[in-house]
Amino acid sequence: MKASFAAGDAWPNRNADPSLEAEDGAPICLEGVRKRVLETARSRLAITAIFFILMFAVTVGRLVELSVMGAEAGPRVSRHASAQMAGRADITDRNGVILATSLPSASLYADPKQIMDPVKAAAALTRIFPDIDRAQLVERLTAPTRFEWIHRHLTPSEQQAVNALGMPGLSFKDDYRRIYPHNQMAAHVVGLTDVDGHGIAGAELEFDESLKKGQPLRLSIDVRLQHIVTEELLAAKDEFRALGAAAVVLDADTGEVAALVSLPDFDPNAPAATPADNRFNRVTKGVFEMGSTFKLFTIATALEAGVTTIRGGYDASKPLHVAHYTISDYHPEKRWLSVPEILVHSSNIGAAQMALDIGTPLQRQYLSRLGLLRPASVELPELGIPLTPSPWREINTMTVSYGHGIAVTPIQLAAAAGAVVDGGVLRQPTLIAHDEPSAGERVFSSQTSRLMRTMMRQVVRDGTGTKGDVPGYLVGGKTGTSEKLVDGRYVHDKRVSSFVGSFPMDHPRYVIFALLDEPKGDRSTFNFATGGWVAAPLVARVIRRMAPLYGLAPRENIDDRLDERLPTRQKPDVLATHRGGTGAKLQGRQLAAN
Amino acid sequence: MSTFPRTDTSLLARWWWTVDHWTLGALLLLIGGGLVLTMAASTAVATRMGLDPFYFAQRQFFYLPSALAVLLVTSLLSPTGVRRIAALVFVFALALTAMTLVAGVEIKGATRWVRIGGVSLQPSEMLKVSYAVISAWIVAESRARDHAWGFYVSAGLMAVVASVLVLQPDIGTTLLIAGIWAIQVFLAGLPLILVAIVVVLFFAGAAGAYFMFDHVRLRVDHFFDPSTGDGFQISRALDAFRSGGFFGVGPGEGQVKAYLPDAHADFIFAVAGEEFGLAACLLIVFIFAFVVVRGFSRALKAEDVFVVLAATGLLSLFGMQALMNMASTTHLIPPKGITLPFISYGGSATVAMAWAMGMVLALTRERPEGRG
Repeated sequence: MKASFAAGDAWPNRNADPSLEAEDGAPICLEGVRKRVLETARSRLAITAIFFILMFAVTVGRLVELSVMGAEAGPRVSRHASAQMAGRADITDRNGVILATSLPSASLYADPKQIMDPVKAAAALTRIFPDIDRAQLVERLTAPTRFEWIHRHLTPSEQQAVNALGMPGLSFKDDYRRIYPHNQMAAHVVGLTDVDGHGIAGAELEFDESLKKGQPLRLSIDVRLQHIVTEELLAAKDEFRALGAAAVVLDADTGEVAALVSLPDFDPNAPAATPADNRFNRVTKGVFEMGSTFKLFTIATALEAGVTTIRGGYDASKPLHVAHYTISDYHPEKRWLSVPEILVHSSNIGAAQMALDIGTPLQRQYLSRLGLLRPASVELPELGIPLTPSPWREINTMTVSYGHGIAVTPIQLAAAAGAVVDGGVLRQPTLIAHDEPSAGERVFSSQTSRLMRTMMRQVVRDGTGTKGDVPGYLVGGKTGTSEKLVDGRYVHDKRVSSFVGSFPMDHPRYVIFALLDEPKGDRSTFNFATGGWVAAPLVARVIRRMAPLYGLAPRENIDDRLDERLPTRQKPDVLATHRGGTGAKLQGRQLAAN
Repeated sequence: MSTFPRTDTSLLARWWWTVDHWTLGALLLLIGGGLVLTMAASTAVATRMGLDPFYFAQRQFFYLPSALAVLLVTSLLSPTGVRRIAALVFVFALALTAMTLVAGVEIKGATRWVRIGGVSLQPSEMLKVSYAVISAWIVAESRARDHAWGFYVSAGLMAVVASVLVLQPDIGTTLLIAGIWAIQVFLAGLPLILVAIVVVLFFAGAAGAYFMFDHVRLRVDHFFDPSTGDGFQISRALDAFRSGGFFGVGPGEGQVKAYLPDAHADFIFAVAGEEFGLAACLLIVFIFAFVVVRGFSRALKAEDVFVVLAATGLLSLFGMQALMNMASTTHLIPPKGITLPFISYGGSATVAMAWAMGMVLALTRERPEGRG
């Protein structure tokens, strides 16, 4: 051993004593080996050096990439912000007011494997989040997984509190929280997302894909108007203790929904705070028997089809008895009524006889063209299917003429009423902001539309809808009241009361429909709870507040331009002598007005 | 500094004329840089830990001059002296490292420290350095006789050392020792077919570590998918390089050190990147590369197999540590827990590395009386 060490120690420089080397054998031979080994070592050392140089070069490359290229990507904060832009896009109203947006937030999760003391951790966490069940949390923290959500979308102070725990195994994940800054406002239109940011109702669901792709959505809703309508509708619903209420305002030229309110409503920021029923959209999903507002369609169809004329009329002196049914009037005049009078006094008897003259096929054809026999095509997933008579017998034709035995959604009714007043052209209601008028589909002639507008103005001036009038705005409309079917019978004190109005009637800008579900009359309405008493004043209040918003000033002395020449309270024989002249004059005035 | 006349034959004079001034200068630069960067990085860490802001700085200011002394004294030694001291240290370090397994202090999930007389030591630092010399000795000895047994003996020694380190566990140091052995047997003429097998075994060992050790797997998983867990240090480190740019944000102006738990140790390179920029980082890389390549070129001229193998082993250790640290800080490889020589905070590591480089200086001194 010692010898071997000594030999190994044979340091050539330090000790050149050949005797030590000789001990181990032939020094010449060893010298040759040494040369050979050194040669190999040197060439392989060169290879090793090249390897190290390459590695250092890679490090330099990486440093340059990080410092120079990385710096160009910008500071960290702005990268974060741009990631947010790439997230779920905003929903705005027509003026760009944000109705739904995504804000970055942090969500807390646990890696149960790293949690040292699940019981202690659960106790600490439930102090920060009192809404978490402790026992359940312990169970989740001991689960054999590596990932458990603890709480989504923490507030900064909650995040701070969790950080202060300093507990291993708790981590945050960057997340986005959907925020609805206007809370209940237009909640039924905007809809909401689930906790993972997937749309589950309203426009959030309907446009889920494009919103996820980052395409912002500009709705046709105007939050200012939406606010007015919500406030007025809520006041009326409370005053008349209604179960629910619905209102929609359409832009007559484009079919855009300017406001859509369904009550009761909900806050999409906290959907669980209100009953699930509140998420029901009465405007697009709820179907109602609308009552007398359907007379607009009956009379317009009759005029359009030439079944009768503006100077025609029907005997409404006594109720009609058909099969087992009796058709009577709510406001009986008990006399012959002209066509305008049938609308003004809302005569069921007159409308039913008119419908018999129209006939079932024609009635169905026109209702279908008005979009009342199929679900509305508005851009929401919540669409109600109209209930129509099947089979459609003669008696159905008669009841449908005044809005019974058929149930449609408020948005369908508003759109069809829009077709009646706006030159006879049906424009599909839409929730997307359009800047150009839509072409629409013609249902009635412009002449029929003109006559209908004149008559609707008269309903508000002299008939059942006087409480819907707003001086200077030439409001026209029609009331509707229907009794609800309960266990197959119509019940007197459970009503659906509504009013559909439009203004100004010489050139309609907006169509407004409001409906109260089971209103109860009060002292101010002498216990009446019909459309004329509860819904018409509500529409008037909305018009009074919205007109200044859209720059519509009240005009004086315009009322006589429309309806002065309408034949009312005239007997058929007297009417005949005036036939030619009156019609011509009316047309001339209408053209001038338009 | 007045120099010695060439004719002076005193120990110091001979040292001065034979030692490599370039390498010595580069190492002094590194030690100086380490002082500056410790000042920059460690105050934030100390403040965060509730210590005196200059706690780490003061200690490193003691370690670095001590290290310099060790370096200079060691560089005076002859190759035989180098070898004898290394053998002694190797025995002690191996014993102490084995001790950590039974009486170690656990820090961050690993028992790498041992307390002796109130001083905490990380004996594996000394172990890896002495192994480089001992392994060179064994291999050179067998090759001088044209035998191959040195390969197996040094491999066996490596296995003993590695098995102790793996138990700590300290995978990073195990890799370094395996790397030293591989380079030395490669240089010593290991047949190329066996070289290929060693390379394969190396990767197999890395894969084994991945599957056997949770903390290794965690680090590797985070490396490939930083979003899965706390790739926290890495992402903060990358932020540091990005915000530093070319010239850095200026001394003391860095933000990342406030968040990096190991800003003064394993991640000090990121602090350099943020405060002093790419320019300083490139300078540091250049110095490391210079020392390694310069040392290799000096070793190339040596006439003794032991000198070639020992110097190459020690320089490779130095270079591999620098590369592994910088590569993991810049997210090129998963973090290994390897410090940056002379720059990172740490007494054991700094002194051990000074000793290693002192030996390199000693081994690569010019020997005009040498034969050939």
